[in-house]
Amino acid sequence: MKQTITQKILASHYNKREVVPGEFINARVDLCLGNDVTAPLSIHELEKSGVKKVWDKNRVALIPDHFTPNKDALSANHCKILKEFSKKHKIKHYFEQGRVGVEHVLLPEKGLVGPGDLVIGADSHTCTYGALGAFSTGVGSTDLAAVMATGLCWFNVPESMKFIYKGKLSKWTGGKDVVLFTIGHIGVDGAHYKAMEFTGPVIDKLPMDDRFAMCNMAIEAGGKNGIIAPDNITRDYIKTTTGKRYAQYAKRLKSLYSDKGAEYADIHEWNISNIEPQVACPHLPSNVKGVSSLKKVSIDQSVIGSCTNGRISDFRIAAKVLKGKKVNSRVRLIIIPATQKIYLQALEEGLLEMFTKAGAAVETPTCGPCLGGHAGILAEGEAAIATTNRNFVGRMGHPKSFVYLSNPAVAAASAIKGRITSPEDL
Amino acid sequence: MRLKGRVFKFGENINTDEIIPARYLNTIEPDVLGKHCMEDADPEFAKKVKKGDIIVAGRNFGCGSSREHAPISIKACGISCVIAESFARIFYRNAINIGLPILENTEVPKDINDGDIIEIDLSKGRIHDDTRGNEYNTQAFPEFMQKIVKAGGLMKYIKKSNKRFI
Repeated sequence: MKQTITQKILASHYNKREVVPGEFINARVDLCLGNDVTAPLSIHELEKSGVKKVWDKNRVALIPDHFTPNKDALSANHCKILKEFSKKHKIKHYFEQGRVGVEHVLLPEKGLVGPGDLVIGADSHTCTYGALGAFSTGVGSTDLAAVMATGLCWFNVPESMKFIYKGKLSKWTGGKDVVLFTIGHIGVDGAHYKAMEFTGPVIDKLPMDDRFAMCNMAIEAGGKNGIIAPDNITRDYIKTTTGKRYAQYAKRLKSLYSDKGAEYADIHEWNISNIEPQVACPHLPSNVKGVSSLKKVSIDQSVIGSCTNGRISDFRIAAKVLKGKKVNSRVRLIIIPATQKIYLQALEEGLLEMFTKAGAAVETPTCGPCLGGHAGILAEGEAAIATTNRNFVGRMGHPKSFVYLSNPAVAAASAIKGRITSPEDL
Repeated sequence: MRLKGRVFKFGENINTDEIIPARYLNTIEPDVLGKHCMEDADPEFAKKVKKGDIIVAGRNFGCGSSREHAPISIKACGISCVIAESFARIFYRNAINIGLPILENTEVPKDINDGDIIEIDLSKGRIHDDTRGNEYNTQAFPEFMQKIVKAGGLMKYIKKSNKRFI
């Protein structure tokens, strides 16, 4: 039987040659993760069930990134639960403040995820790692507890949807625009339970950071996972991240592709040469419009960061737009490098100095305002443009606030003008 | 198991930020989460709900984040079952894993009104609208999921099945 890349990875973790969509499998997990919001519940479940030992202390990652640096005493208690559990079970991949970063940026950067891996995380944006040719998906806390206990997770093998992108991306557009364009077309449940396979000449040339941004938002279309077959761009990336394990990953690369003739539930093909930067308007990630139609929307805050667009290339783009300019006097521009490594890199490249001089506030790595956690909450009636991934009611603060999602160039340009702006119009 | 309650109706794409906003994610206490259930969709919701009441919603209920706090808050505030046209994937898993009854049906969200009294026979997957007299059938969960529900949640099921899930 012809198989998609998603089927192949699931089959290989179920010791089968093939699996079919709709089949329930109990698959072997390579890595599982939880954060300061979700893992305390998992740990509670584990302890309540009397589980004495995690299945593999080297395959569990605990990442206090959502409300850190601890925003209040209750959140601090949650982080303490992670810390004590990590100590008790000798969890190898626990990250303390000053080393922690936004989980879905941190784990690939540390080389803890690679092509062909099966990763589950108690965080919906776990689908990010599909950019490396891994099968990865978000689950809840009890599912994570079950994996921590057994190393196994049940899945209903998904059907796949294929997305073919042709043409050439225009200036100031990137992976974020491609994925917003896609969600705008298929809707927030357009890929309900399905694997979203991103392919075509645009993807073939797309840098790794942009691929992460695309797979990151598969969940916003209801997808189970987003995935891009690994190629030379993937190979170059994992060479720098996976260290001793590189050889093992490199061996897998050849087999990680969808067979010709594999079955798809749906195939979408678009020429995206003419798309302008895309913006998702309140209150759904599918409410997508071209940036030029939103010139009248004024903003109070701009956030550049998150597991979608908090990577070094995002800050380089923002810096290009902000160079020699000032943030509008009534706008808060919040810059959040997603990891310490990115923070340091941005510092060494002079980007942080430039942002600071332009009037931006630079924060330490955290999910922070993306989920309305802390460090950038909106007041009633306020609007923000953000490089984050969700704009549901109340997502960034007050239930009567508004979030527009964009790429980093548009978020930077809008911070300068105080209204939604294309960098072309500066 | 039979359930009976008043319907609270919601629209499409009810997401986890509306079900339990992030400002309450600094706790895992069901009682606290229950008090703030659906707060950003209907600030009075948790106060109005009586034990046994039922949520009826449109497509893609529970979309968004993986927070299990969402089904926990729904269960803790007294809701006995959620009926929706469809459920987002992670919410669906979470509901099964924590033992919050959910049913999928495309007609119910169109026919049944806010405030209707309905009865549900969970074992048969049958929904009866007492207010209007209509009856609806839902598809049973796959056998494997029924086993999890019967065991009282995923962790209990695993314990019982000695690590073998399927």
